[in-house]
Amino acid sequence: MSVTPGKAISVSAAEKHEYSAEAEKLSRRHFVGKIWQVIFATSTLVGIVALATLLLNIINSAFGYVAIENKIQPEQLAINGVPIERMPKEDLVIVLGNHVSAGLMRRLESEMPWEDRSKEDVYSLVLERVVEPKPVAQWSLYESLFKVDEIRQEMLERYTEADLIFKSWISPRFITSPQSSNAFNAGVRTAILGSLWTISIAIIFAFPIGVGSAIYLQEYAKDNFINRIIQTNINNLAGVPSIIYGILGLALFVRLLGPVTSGAVFGYGDPTVANGRTILSAGLTLGLLILPLIIINAQEAIKAVPDSLRQASYGIGATRWQTVWNHVLPSALPGILTGTILAISRAIGETAPLVVVGASTFITFDPDGPFSKFTTLPIQIYQWTARPQDVFRNIAAGAIIVLLLMLLSMNAIAVLLRNRYSRRI
Amino acid sequence: MNLKKKRRVGESIIHGFLLLSSVLSIFITVGIIIELGTESMLFFTRKQWESTNKAIIQDIEIGSTEFFVSESGATIKEGDLIRLSDEEMRVVEVRNGLLIVKRGARDTKPVFHANGSAIEKANQVTLLEFFGKTDWNPQIGRFGIWALVNATLMTSLIALVVALPIGLSVAIFLSEYASHRFRSVLKPILEVLAGIPTVVYGYFALTFMTPLLQSILGKNVVAIYNTASAGIVIGILIIPLVSSMSEDALSAVPNSLREAAYGLGATKFETALQVVVPAAFSGIAAAFIVATSRAIGETMIVAIAAGAGPNFTFNPFEAAETMTGHIVRISGGDLSYNSLDYNSIFAIGLLLFIMTLSLNVISQKIVKKFREVYQ
Repeated sequence: MSVTPGKAISVSAAEKHEYSAEAEKLSRRHFVGKIWQVIFATSTLVGIVALATLLLNIINSAFGYVAIENKIQPEQLAINGVPIERMPKEDLVIVLGNHVSAGLMRRLESEMPWEDRSKEDVYSLVLERVVEPKPVAQWSLYESLFKVDEIRQEMLERYTEADLIFKSWISPRFITSPQSSNAFNAGVRTAILGSLWTISIAIIFAFPIGVGSAIYLQEYAKDNFINRIIQTNINNLAGVPSIIYGILGLALFVRLLGPVTSGAVFGYGDPTVANGRTILSAGLTLGLLILPLIIINAQEAIKAVPDSLRQASYGIGATRWQTVWNHVLPSALPGILTGTILAISRAIGETAPLVVVGASTFITFDPDGPFSKFTTLPIQIYQWTARPQDVFRNIAAGAIIVLLLMLLSMNAIAVLLRNRYSRRI
Repeated sequence: MNLKKKRRVGESIIHGFLLLSSVLSIFITVGIIIELGTESMLFFTRKQWESTNKAIIQDIEIGSTEFFVSESGATIKEGDLIRLSDEEMRVVEVRNGLLIVKRGARDTKPVFHANGSAIEKANQVTLLEFFGKTDWNPQIGRFGIWALVNATLMTSLIALVVALPIGLSVAIFLSEYASHRFRSVLKPILEVLAGIPTVVYGYFALTFMTPLLQSILGKNVVAIYNTASAGIVIGILIIPLVSSMSEDALSAVPNSLREAAYGLGATKFETALQVVVPAAFSGIAAAFIVATSRAIGETMIVAIAAGAGPNFTFNPFEAAETMTGHIVRISGGDLSYNSLDYNSIFAIGLLLFIMTLSLNVISQKIVKKFREVYQ
């Protein structure tokens, strides 16, 4: 189309038609684009909804009404009209003695003499052994909030003997009580202590080696065949499924190094642990698992330290190690610590390798050292979830909340550390 | 002035320690391979004694190499290894109920056997049976890995069907559409999703996803334990992995490419799909492969929600035990060393290790080979 100055542009009918067809095509293209934008945004929403559902589902199970049947009503235990809540310790011992077998009394006495036990301790023993509250039905938080009438109806029809109480499955008592076969008394104390023990051993083992390895690869290693193999190998190890580490731990720490990990070599052996299925084995297994993560994170942190710092240090005559120790490491420390804490929070949640290494499923006593049997929080959650009775789902939800809070505080510490140290540099 | 380099013993020791720490990672790999390899070898060479329901119908003297056996029971072929009490014999020939054997096989001592002694037959897991059969039942000596591999592939496939489209969409949205502020809110949420322990996802699958599927499709269709809900939840678990790796790849594409596309009149969607995604292809492919490897190796979700008991089925609503789920279940009990069960977890573990490792290596190769270098 040629345009002559001073003359109006004439557009033929055919051209007009072409333009409108083009415009239509363009608007269709934009329309398709808009639809896809909505699809992309919806997918993103799915992620958020999934997270929200996950959390709500857990909260929904962690609180709610429970119907409880007592074996003996607490009122029947009153002596001279004094209810058990206000009884002195001596009377509580008498109540306990009246209702449980003499053998159990002797066992309790040998665990800890009555004189040394606190009033609260004896009281909870009375509740646990004599009153024996047993949950017969439980409802989710949603049902407890919006379907109260139906719950009361059901109580009247089916659970006439039971009391209805609103129970928060996560409570201070839940955190401080040991494991128990009765869901109502069960707690996560043993599991939390087990988790802390295994994690501590994992850090003591993996942190120095991981950081050392990262320093070697970033500061010392020349770009040769062997070092490239080491690097590739570390990257691949980070992608190995955690259960494989569990199998390695089983073969290496539990079986091969059994005498060491059970403490027999040091003359310290828990008589109940005949093999190497101990905290030490579990900690070392987790240590192997997080080692590649610590190395990779520490390498990133060291890589981010500017070269000018190193050159300045060499320039005033420092040796390589002096440079690393006095300049590179302090600058890289916040990054290294953050990476390590992220690796630890991965280790806290690991379940599969510890099942394979041989976590005990049911222990009621606190772990007392690296050579004792152990259970951890995720193992406890797994065990409770796998039980067929619904009530254990509720305490599993409680334990999940404890675990998530632990992870959250770990991450908060990571952020705080990073902020604190990065301000100094 | 002495300008010669001083020998520093301390520095050499430190250097040695650092070198040793990084070599340790090689030892870990070697340890994994040796342990898995040797125990798997034991799995394939271990003799397992199985009753044939046959008995001898005459006394056998120490020197005798022929005897008659009862007709009922399993067949005994030439070359089979049989056992009477503690003595092992190699069958040389079978003739109408008459066995001709080599006595005292494998260094056992020939002894006298009384009429009516039961015969046991040695069974051995062959590679052919391991990779050729579809039923896995250690109690009766069936070791066909496909029952477990099939369940693993099903859960992984379902997970990928969920995670790949959603993960890639999230990545495109974050890198191409979302504002900076929105991105800074959304990425931490996805990171939280990635940081939740898998046992919690297992709980979620069992207490939320399965009831949800049951209420949609009916309780008679969906079993309490099923591969579908486990797979979907694994999918949710790996969405953050796919999206963050893909987003890194998409963000690495230089803006000049996008601007060129806009200059040619492409819409935002056309630019994203026809210019940016192809340019970031290698990174996205690597993300997909790493996600696959993660889905195959995922353990706790399937251990909780997919069911306990090997089952060769293509129905995603039935219970079926995966490789990882099986390892967790049998090692969770009292596992005695020197049992076929103990060895079998190493054989499964070796296969799992090979599968995930090769996927990871492939993904690294793809990144290296197809990486477009933008200046």
